[in-house]
This record gives sequence, C-alpha cells and structure tokens, in this order.
Amino acid sequence: MSLPLLFEIGTEEVPDWMIQSALASLRASFEKLAIPHDSIAMDATPRRLTLRAQGLPERQPDTEERILGPAKSAPPQAVAGFARKQGISPESLTVETTPKGEYYTLLKRVEGRRTIDILAESLPGIVLQIPFPKTMYWTGKGGARFIRPIRWIVALLGASVVPFELAGVRSGNVTAGHRRLGAREVVVTTADYESKLRENYVILSADERRAKISGEMAGMGAKPDAALLETLVYLTEYPTPITGSFDPQFLELPEEVLSTVMRHHQRYFSVAGDSGGLAPRFVAIMNIEADPEGFVRLGNERVLRARFNDGRFFWETDQKKKLADRVEDLAHVTFQAKLGSYLEKTKRVAALTGELGGDAQAVRAAELLKCDLTTELVKEFTELQGVVGGLYARAQGEPESVWKAIYDQYKPESMEDEIPRERCGQIVALADKLDTLRGCFSVGLIPTGSRDPFALRRAAQGIVRIVVEGGLDLDLEPWLDAGENRAALREFFQDRVRYYFKDIRGFKYDEVSAAMAAGWSNLADLETRLKRIRDLRASADFEPLAASFKRIKNILEQAQFRDAGAIEPQLLEPGPEKDLYDEYTRLKGRTIEEAIGALRPKVDLFFDKVLVNVADAGVRRNRLTLLSALLAPFSSIADFSEIVTNS
Amino acid sequence: MQSFQEIIFKLKQYWAQRGCIIQEPYDVEVGAGTMCPETFLRVLGPKPYRVAYVQPSRRPADGRYGDNPNRLFKHSQLQVILKPSPDDVIEQYLGSLEAIGIDLRKHDIKFEEDNWESPTLGAWGIGWQVMLDGLEVTQFTYFQQCGGIDLDLVPAELTYGLERLSAFLQLKDSVYDIEWNGAFSYGDVRYLDELQYSVYNFEMADIPTLWKLFDLHEGEAARLIAAYNPKAADKRRFPLLPAYDQVLKCSNLFNTLDARGAISVTERVGVIQRVRKLAVAVAHAWADQQKEPEPQLASTEVAQ
Repeated sequence: MSLPLLFEIGTEEVPDWMIQSALASLRASFEKLAIPHDSIAMDATPRRLTLRAQGLPERQPDTEERILGPAKSAPPQAVAGFARKQGISPESLTVETTPKGEYYTLLKRVEGRRTIDILAESLPGIVLQIPFPKTMYWTGKGGARFIRPIRWIVALLGASVVPFELAGVRSGNVTAGHRRLGAREVVVTTADYESKLRENYVILSADERRAKISGEMAGMGAKPDAALLETLVYLTEYPTPITGSFDPQFLELPEEVLSTVMRHHQRYFSVAGDSGGLAPRFVAIMNIEADPEGFVRLGNERVLRARFNDGRFFWETDQKKKLADRVEDLAHVTFQAKLGSYLEKTKRVAALTGELGGDAQAVRAAELLKCDLTTELVKEFTELQGVVGGLYARAQGEPESVWKAIYDQYKPESMEDEIPRERCGQIVALADKLDTLRGCFSVGLIPTGSRDPFALRRAAQGIVRIVVEGGLDLDLEPWLDAGENRAALREFFQDRVRYYFKDIRGFKYDEVSAAMAAGWSNLADLETRLKRIRDLRASADFEPLAASFKRIKNILEQAQFRDAGAIEPQLLEPGPEKDLYDEYTRLKGRTIEEAIGALRPKVDLFFDKVLVNVADAGVRRNRLTLLSALLAPFSSIADFSEIVTNS
Repeated sequence: MQSFQEIIFKLKQYWAQRGCIIQEPYDVEVGAGTMCPETFLRVLGPKPYRVAYVQPSRRPADGRYGDNPNRLFKHSQLQVILKPSPDDVIEQYLGSLEAIGIDLRKHDIKFEEDNWESPTLGAWGIGWQVMLDGLEVTQFTYFQQCGGIDLDLVPAELTYGLERLSAFLQLKDSVYDIEWNGAFSYGDVRYLDELQYSVYNFEMADIPTLWKLFDLHEGEAARLIAAYNPKAADKRRFPLLPAYDQVLKCSNLFNTLDARGAISVTERVGVIQRVRKLAVAVAHAWADQQKEPEPQLASTEVAQ
C-alpha cells in the first residue's frame, strides 16, 4: 500500500528571504532518508514550511537473515534449545553444509521497518538541521534552535500521526489558519490540508499568492518589481492589493526619493505617471481579504504622508548647505579605522582620478563624491547614497557630467546593474573602487571565503566591468599598489577577471587560462585575444595544433631548454624538418588565423617522422631551437598549451 | 475617541490581567524602556517575571525643537516583559491591540524581520517590527543575551510606541495634535519639553561639563563594581542597583554629547565600549547576587 505524507512545521513569522532556501534544505534532507516516493511538493507561507510527498511504502521491504545454529554433531538438547530460542520446532531446522562443516540453520524473515517509525525518528533532526543565517532559542538556555519559535507540527502518514516531539511541541493533525481571518486550530488530513487552509484564509502555494497579487494588481498601473513581489509573496498568507494616493505636491521631490520611501520603507509598488515619472498613487499588499471601510488605505496613506514630509524636510534642509561646502565635514566621517576619514579618501580618489586620465570635471566629481554622506537625506535613506549626492549636485548647478558621475559612483552594484553611463563617471567610479581595494589590501583587510565585509569582490568586479564594458584602454597592473599585499591584490583581481570572462561572458575556462597566461591586466587586449581564440577554435586545425604545442612545451621542459639562439639551417634535415622550418619562416607578417592551416600538417608530419632527442647534441639543440621559435609568435596571444584537447 | 491616557490605561489593564506587575516609569533618564532595571536586570537569572510600564525615553539626537510632527526627543514606550515568553505570546500581543479597539480582521498586520541589538548593553534579540497598516507600532523581541550573558529563560519584550499608536487611533497627522485627555493635547503637555531640550542638547549643553559628569559617574560605577565581592556572606546588601544608575547616567550623557556633536567618529566606539564594560560588569555581578545562597549547614533544624 502506498501512502501520502504531510509534514508541516508551524512557526512564528519566518523572515521572507530565508524561506526558499529553508524549503530546499528540508527537501534535500528528506530525500536523503531514501524512503521511496513518487513525488514531493514543497510549500511555505511566513508561518509554515510544508513538505508533501506521495507514494511512500507502509514499510521497507522484508529481508531474509540466515541464522547459524549448532553443528549437526551437537547434542540434541543444544539443538532443541536453539530452536526454542528462535520460536520454532527442532524439525523445522535445516542442515546446511558450510565451509566449517554441517550446521543447523534457520532462514529468518526480517520484517522491513515501518516508514512511520523511520519518519518519527528522523523528522525532528531534519527540522533542526535546516540552516538559517541566524537562529534563536526560546524554550530556555540549551533548548532547540530555529529561526523563529516552532508552535505546531503536522505530521501525517496516510491517516496516522507520525508521533514525535520537538522543542516541546507534539506532532499531530492540527494546523492553524490565518491569524485573524481563520481558525486558530484546524484539523486536517493529507487529502484536505490545502483546501482546509484555504477555507481559513491561507493560500498555501506561493505561485498562487503571486498570481493573486499580479492578477488583482493588473489594472492598478503598478510598476513591475519582481524582487518586491517575491518579498510580499512570502510576507503574506492571504495577499490582496489595494491602491492609495498621495498629495501630488510631493511629486516635486525627486522620483528616486519617492520610490525609495515606497519600496524600501513601506514595501509599496510605485505607479507610473502618464507622461513618464510617477503618478501620485501607490499599491500596497495587505495580508487580509478586503478593505471595505478603507481603514488600511487611510492608514497607509497617513504613514506615507509622514514619510514624504520627512523626506521633503530633509531635502530642503540639506539644500541650505551646498555639497561643495561639506567637503571639510567629511573629516568627521570614518571611512575605515585604519584608513582614516572620508576626507582623506576624497583627496586620494581625486588625485587618482587625475592620474587615471580624468579631466577637470572628473576631478571635480571626485572632490564632491562623498559629501552626501553628511546630508540628512542619506542618513535617513542610506540606500540612496550617491544618488542623493548626484541629485543635489544637479540642483546646485554642477555640470551634467559631474552630477552624473556622483550619481553613478556605486555602479555597477550587481552583475545585472549597469556601469556608470558616461566616461567621466566611469573614471571616477574606477578611482573610488580602486582606492578602496588598494587601501583595504594594504592594511590587511583581505576577503576570505564568505567573509567580505567591505564588499571588495563587488568593487573589483565593478572595476573589471567598467574597464571592459566602458572600453577603457588601461593596463591595471601598475595601479594595483597595495604595499606588501600587492601580490594578494593581483591574485584577487586575476580571480575576478577569470570569473568575469568565464562565468559572465561565457568563454571556456581553458580559453581564459590560455589567454590570461599571455597577459591579463590589459582587459581590452585580453578581451580581443579571447575573441580570437574562440574564433580560432572553430577551425579544424586549432585543437590538433594546440595539442602539438603542449607536446612542444613538454619536450622543451624535459630538455630543460633555455637558450633559443639562432636556428642553424645547415643542420636541418631535408624533408619534414626542413619543411617545418620553411613554414616557420613564412609565419612572419601573417596572422595566426592565416597561418595555422598550413602550419598544422607540417607540425604533425614533423612529430611523425622526426626524432628530436637524437644523439648528436648540435642537431638536438637545433631542433629544440626550432620548436621553441615556433611557439614565440603565438605566445603574445595565448599559451595554447593550456587548451584542453581531445587528442 | 480614546485619549492618549485611556489607551495607556487599557493596555496596562490588559497586561495586568495577564499577570504583569504594573510599574511606574523608572526615575533615571534612559534612552529606551529596555535600559530600566526592570528589564535589563530582571531578564537575567532563572526566575520568571512579568512586568509592564510606560517609560519616557530620551533620544537627544532625535529632538526637532517641536517642529517635526513625528519626531520627538522624548517619546513614551510601553514596555512589556514576559519571562519566559508564553507559547501564545503573539496571540496575547494581538489581543492587546484588539483591547484598544483595533479590529484586526479589518486592518493589515505584518511581522517583518527586525533583530534588536544594543551595543552599549551587550544585549541582543531576535524579532520583528510589527507593522499595522504600514505603520511600525511595536518592536517585538525574544531576548537572547543581556549584559553579554546568555539568558536562562527567554523573555518576550514588547515595546509599543505610544505616540504613534495614539496618532494612528486618533487619525492625527501630528503627534502634537494627539488628545492627551478631553481637555489637553499632547502639544499642550509636551511641546516645551521638545523645544527646550532641543535647545539644550543641540546648542547649550556645556561639553566640558558633560564630559566631567560622564567621568564622575563612570568612576562611581567602576568603584562600586570593583568593590563587589561574590564570596561575601552579605552580598545581597551590596548596592548594585545604585551602581547601575550610574551606568544609566553615563549612557544618557553619551547620548547628549553625541547629539551635541562632541563625539568624533573615532571616539565614538571607545565611549560605547566604556559604557558597555560597566553595563556588562553590573549584569554579571547582578546575576551572581541573585543566585540562591549555597545551602548552609542546617543549624535551624538543630535548634528545633
């Protein structure tokens, strides 16, 4: 008989962003039990993590165990005693021949363990194993740890409760409905669980909650925001969108400020206006069914009004002191204890901007870059740093490229984000990130494993993207100055470069290794070479040639060949060796793309017919010199021996 | 319409019915109800406790001269400590909102992750900010550590922002328009507090004097803490509560100096450390002092 399993961990509200990884972990731990099943479904709301599986066996298959009894020669009493102990008559014993002689034996059927017992034993451990970023205890010191208190557990295999206790909670068949719209205790079966929850205003499926929000929001004009939608899907059990409005006068404030208040502080969707910009409306997602009396709308409108009033107050107050007059105030804002204040950073970044070829406007932007850290608006909305500085610079009449450079300084903030839009901003952002990296590395703040408190990986990745995607002709190497940790910084950058070209741009790892071996720090040049290698790879001659290059490299290494010297043509043997030499002399002035078609058969033939390691030292050295010379024209493109070939 | 004071009465009544001692505000200035000994010290140790009190909480840097409708130098927190937290603590909390007339089937309530931490108290906990129709009305925290000590029993701390909650219920856009009772507004009662303390904290507080006071209170706290002897037979009479008052004085002076712009960023961490060191020391001494005395030889039985 096959049985359905329903397992629900009922908790107090779990943070939305942790729910999906918790479900994945729960599923993986269950699968590790290796109980056969047809299907698994995972679901969650803020108050429950649910695993449902179909087609579990009632018990594990039976097994047979062979029990060895006394020897055939044993006295009858011993045989009778053995049989009695096994609960059978002595006549039922069989005699078997074993390597040690003849023995009484018994084939015993061992019943497979009941699935319900296996589950009762393992489910508590599975729950406590779910990894969360930060856990708590609630039953007292030394008690169970979980993300939030566990308040109920439903564990049903078919019609039976899988019995266990966890953190003082006994498993059962009673779940809970929506905190206020549903019943506090709801008896469920594996069959009616989801529908019983629905009757009690809990939509179990995240997909369904997402569809409900999207569907009902469709006519409201909300700007799409996938991340916010996900947050709300996991913050609610019964989501319902409503619209509210605000005084159009607030539209005088920058859109960035308005949408940040709505999105980050209130979790509202903004609504697009008819002629670009915002409409004076918002969409909020409630965790109840309806707002017939408008209480929720009114409450949210009041809160937003207060928030916008704050924003306007800060915006106006901040304007009383221009960014340019705030530079000295940065002496009181710490960048990093060992690296001094933001004023010191500002001076370094401004100088570096100039050294990197930034013009007067770029240097101006660098000087004003961090001034918004002293504004009330940024203290209130830290996520708007940079953007606020840019907006103030614009309002205070700074040239377009200056304010845009300030505005874009933290870009790109992720792999999806864009790089600063103008050259001026690109150089300033580059200088800022480079200064942070050099500074942190030089005082030993080097990221390890998952610890990267200063987001240095993001900074380095940003530099790589700005240089490549901005098309900056810049060799990074001379700029990676970090005192005694210079080598570590170099290596750190190489990793970022490798990651970028391999994982983001999709070059094969061996192509990236080959190209980087011929130089990695001029990224524009590296990119060009990578593209050439990728194209070359399409040619049938490429991989065999690469394989030959690897062979050449091995031969040269084994011979500990150093000095190239000049090839002595008179020592060349006519035939394949001379032919290869002639081909080699034709390489000059031709591109690899043009050359490899003719070169490859000559190399193949050479290895086929010519022995390098001959007794005559002169001939041997001459052959090694030829091979070594052959590699040279290619080595400025890549180290082709890094290419992984099938041959 | 329920007045500010009626809302407070009802909440106190509600929690009194659930076994809370109703305390009056602590008489030393604090930045939050958590800092009162009724919370900071009582959450330590294995003895259950339930208490509720309104605590005027001073945040010098948040003062706005009475100009901002939502920001106050001194706001009122209703602080509820349930130690240990009952299993239905959230239900009880929601019940308290219903007790002041909020029909939660018609309002949107969400629990959004917000873990609380106080570096000066060596305390932290896990919890939420409770959002009511988009307004944060309560901070809900399961304390995990206090004074650097893992807690034996995990208390639930509920901190209600009474001005916000009242403005919400009375549909007021400014806290100053809240009706304190039928005759007086919040502004009538508190406006001058806001104005004068803003002037003092931002403009007139004498920085050298405040530093001197800080040093004096710090010195007094440290002197007492150093004198505490955990092995003394009469250690229960040792004045740790007065020592803790000195720590609270330091904390408030730090906040005032900070608002006054007298603490540079580099100094900041160091000053917080100084206060924290004292708070942690008092907490450890207090935890020790509260332990049941070692069983003495049964001299009383002999006397019978």
